[in-house]
Amino acid sequence: MKFIPDPVGRFFHRMASPPHFYALTETLMPWLTAIFLIFLALGLYGGLYLAPPDYQQGDSYRIIYIHVPSAWMSLFIYVVMAMAGAIGLIWRIKLAEIVAISSASIGASFTFIALVTGSLWGKPMWGTWWVWDARLTSELILLFLYLGVIGLYNAIDDKRTASKAVAILALVGVVNIPIIHYSVEWWNTLHQGPTVTKMDKPSIHVSMLVPLLLMAIAFKFYYVIAMLQRARLELLQRERTASWVKKMLMEQQL
Amino acid sequence: MSLTHAFFAILRRDLILALRRRSEIANPLLFFVLVITLFPLGIGARPQLLQAIAPGIIWVSALLAAMLSLDSLFRSDFDDGSLEQILLSSHPISVLILGKIVAHWLVTGLPLILIAPLLAVFLGMPQPAIGVLLLTLLLGTPVLSLIGAIGVALTVGLRRGGMILSLLVLPLYVPVLIFAGNAVEMAGNGLPVTAQINILIAILLLTLVLAPWPTAAALKMSMS
Repeated sequence: MKFIPDPVGRFFHRMASPPHFYALTETLMPWLTAIFLIFLALGLYGGLYLAPPDYQQGDSYRIIYIHVPSAWMSLFIYVVMAMAGAIGLIWRIKLAEIVAISSASIGASFTFIALVTGSLWGKPMWGTWWVWDARLTSELILLFLYLGVIGLYNAIDDKRTASKAVAILALVGVVNIPIIHYSVEWWNTLHQGPTVTKMDKPSIHVSMLVPLLLMAIAFKFYYVIAMLQRARLELLQRERTASWVKKMLMEQQL
Repeated sequence: MSLTHAFFAILRRDLILALRRRSEIANPLLFFVLVITLFPLGIGARPQLLQAIAPGIIWVSALLAAMLSLDSLFRSDFDDGSLEQILLSSHPISVLILGKIVAHWLVTGLPLILIAPLLAVFLGMPQPAIGVLLLTLLLGTPVLSLIGAIGVALTVGLRRGGMILSLLVLPLYVPVLIFAGNAVEMAGNGLPVTAQINILIAILLLTLVLAPWPTAAALKMSMS
């Protein structure tokens, strides 16, 4: 029995070939950058100029256009990393391993940005830089999980082995994240409730919501760009003895 | 040799080895007692404050003691090559590894539970809380050994795995710490703790079933 249709399988096989991946990402890069810049400009314009000030928080709420998308990305990237790691473990695809490890430091940066912007926002709103609130704490623990992944990868010299170790750790982490999240939630909460994902009616006005979603899309594209750039470098580093790399370098020198 | 037989053979072997090297049992225990003794010295002999933070102190110290003892789980077997023999066996590795983890818990986790009542009295913990403390330790320390085993398996091949191990393992210990600490505190105030105990049982069963797999996979990776 076949679960995967042929064209999809072919696509993955072709993506798994390093030279093809390298060439494809090179042609995709300008397009991705253009889309990212368009969404970023629209989102910033809508968020900083068009959206009205909040009736309680004034203009200081505008930090959500960085804070909320970063917080979303921090979780999203961890899941991507674990999935890429699993693909690398199961099908031994070298590129999936590279995607997994290239995601780690970007995810850690987004987590850090979410924490810092949250802290800057918390000072005028709650009157304190830091509270041991549920979501802040689970975000901090997520940062530690990311740092663990990066630390483990750097501690192992053989990079193929290191990628396997990172994949196992990311999978263990992804099982644990919901457990950690809910245990911390249950432990203490002060953070304002979710305002976007409430199914019945979002408690955020549409003029504020649209720029937020635009920014979220822009952040996703930024992640793809940054991850691909890191992956390309990592790929060159690992494949530096392969013939396609040598051939490409020769062609560039001419 | 049947699987049950192999499991108990490993358990027995590890227990005998541990009994011949008694310092491995004593070190985490001494560390546990010492850290708890340091707290009153650090914050002053204020009985009320100590009583209030006793559940947290005992559980955090137990966490640290469990983490420090982890290194001995695979270290000597990794060095003398018997770990390779275990991995080459025809039985499922995760079950054999579970045998090692159980032995490790009997040697390092169980003594913590036995000494805990004494420390609870040191810190002036109320009577009903002590029983709950023992129960949470009984349910929680095996989880610490099981999750810790994943971390050690990932780092056993490294020369300086100690620092990175704490970064890998401690964030994963958070749920146990939260529920166990909270249960002891609630019990001290005379409140019911069934919910927390049930969740701890659930976490224990979940890790008992799931943790040996990544441990086995990580060991295979470390040996390659």
